[in-house]
Amino acid sequence: MKFIDEFRDKDIAEGLIQRIQKTSTHPIQLMEVCGTHTVSIFRYGIRAILPEQIRLISGPGCPVCVTPNADIDLAIALSRQKDVIIVTFGDMMRVPGSTSSLQKEKAEGRDIRIIYSSLEALKIANEHSEKRVVFLAIGFETTSPTISVAILRAKEEKLRNLFFLDSQKRVPPALTALLQSKQVKIDGFILPGHVSTIIGTKPYQFIAKEYGRPAVITGFEPLDILQGIWMLVQQTEENRASIEIQYRRVVHDEGNPIALRKIDEVFEKDDSYWRGLGRIPDSGYRFKESHKQMDVRNFNVEVEPTKEHPECLCGEVLQGIKSPLECGLFKKVCHPENPVGPCMVSIEGTCHTYYKFS
Amino acid sequence: MCLGIPGRVVEIEKNVAKADVGGFLRDISLDLCPDVSIGEYVLIHTGFAIQKVDEKEAEETLELLKKMAEAI
Repeated sequence: MKFIDEFRDKDIAEGLIQRIQKTSTHPIQLMEVCGTHTVSIFRYGIRAILPEQIRLISGPGCPVCVTPNADIDLAIALSRQKDVIIVTFGDMMRVPGSTSSLQKEKAEGRDIRIIYSSLEALKIANEHSEKRVVFLAIGFETTSPTISVAILRAKEEKLRNLFFLDSQKRVPPALTALLQSKQVKIDGFILPGHVSTIIGTKPYQFIAKEYGRPAVITGFEPLDILQGIWMLVQQTEENRASIEIQYRRVVHDEGNPIALRKIDEVFEKDDSYWRGLGRIPDSGYRFKESHKQMDVRNFNVEVEPTKEHPECLCGEVLQGIKSPLECGLFKKVCHPENPVGPCMVSIEGTCHTYYKFS
Repeated sequence: MCLGIPGRVVEIEKNVAKADVGGFLRDISLDLCPDVSIGEYVLIHTGFAIQKVDEKEAEETLELLKKMAEAI
């Protein structure tokens, strides 16, 4: 496929690896924030081919993984209401809540449907005017504009039976939380390419200016990732810290202003709770007054008390503090067929990636 | 979840386009990326075009990488 195959060229990759080896003298620990990067890094064996002094750690960049149990429990409680249809991206189905999952609830006969695009939620709501349709709005800034479009259209079409459980997250405030944490040392960030397609470079400037760390917005093919690492190594060796773009074919400084405006029409920033990282200021959204009637949190439903498996290390894994290999449940009790935590469920979850490739 | 794949726009009708994604045709929304012409590539996420793919930038990146690899 164009724009994919040519960024997998083996000879160029070898040249880049040699460049990295020649340039790198300082030990550095780089965090790839995005779960899609983690998958690519494992798929192409990038960790193994880097010089020993360059260590890659995985971050919290999997929206399903950072969704708190309480939101999953709320979705489950809503699915048990007689007049409710839950619509969701497929990844959410198997995430364990406190005592159940959406997949288990579906097997019990609840009306839970997987959709590929937010616009399918409108179609389902139109076809079932007698039901309340609840869309589980999960995702980072890549997905938020698509959810916002669905909300704006629902309002235009005067759809009264479509509601949203907003659990969306904003990436930059989570990076602040990671940089402030004393538990993990991060010398630079491989920044998420597709989140940055929307938000551009401006929201990341604090990484360089306030924390003196380099960061590179990087694509997802092996040449992209190797070039991104090489750019980070160069900044480190030259004692520079700035926000650079490797993924220039789709990322521009200003991001996608149309998409940002769509988000802004519907939502305003709010604190949000991340699994593992806790409550982070301004890391999520709340509905603006103009669209509040679509917020499912206005519903009166009883939700079971939240509990998590005491031995699950998902929270530490999401912060890069622990590797899945340090978790006592990994591969023994917790595997993709029987996931204990969300990091084993999502195909972009760090535990799932370790399970698949190690 | 933030997966995005490139597709070539082959047909446009109002704010919906048909895009060729690896030989398969898909309907995509142009709400977030309206300024697209037939023949151009877009990055597709959950059924939406979220950005144009800049062919010139892609070529320049590859050219730079090739030169770097050869100079070793």
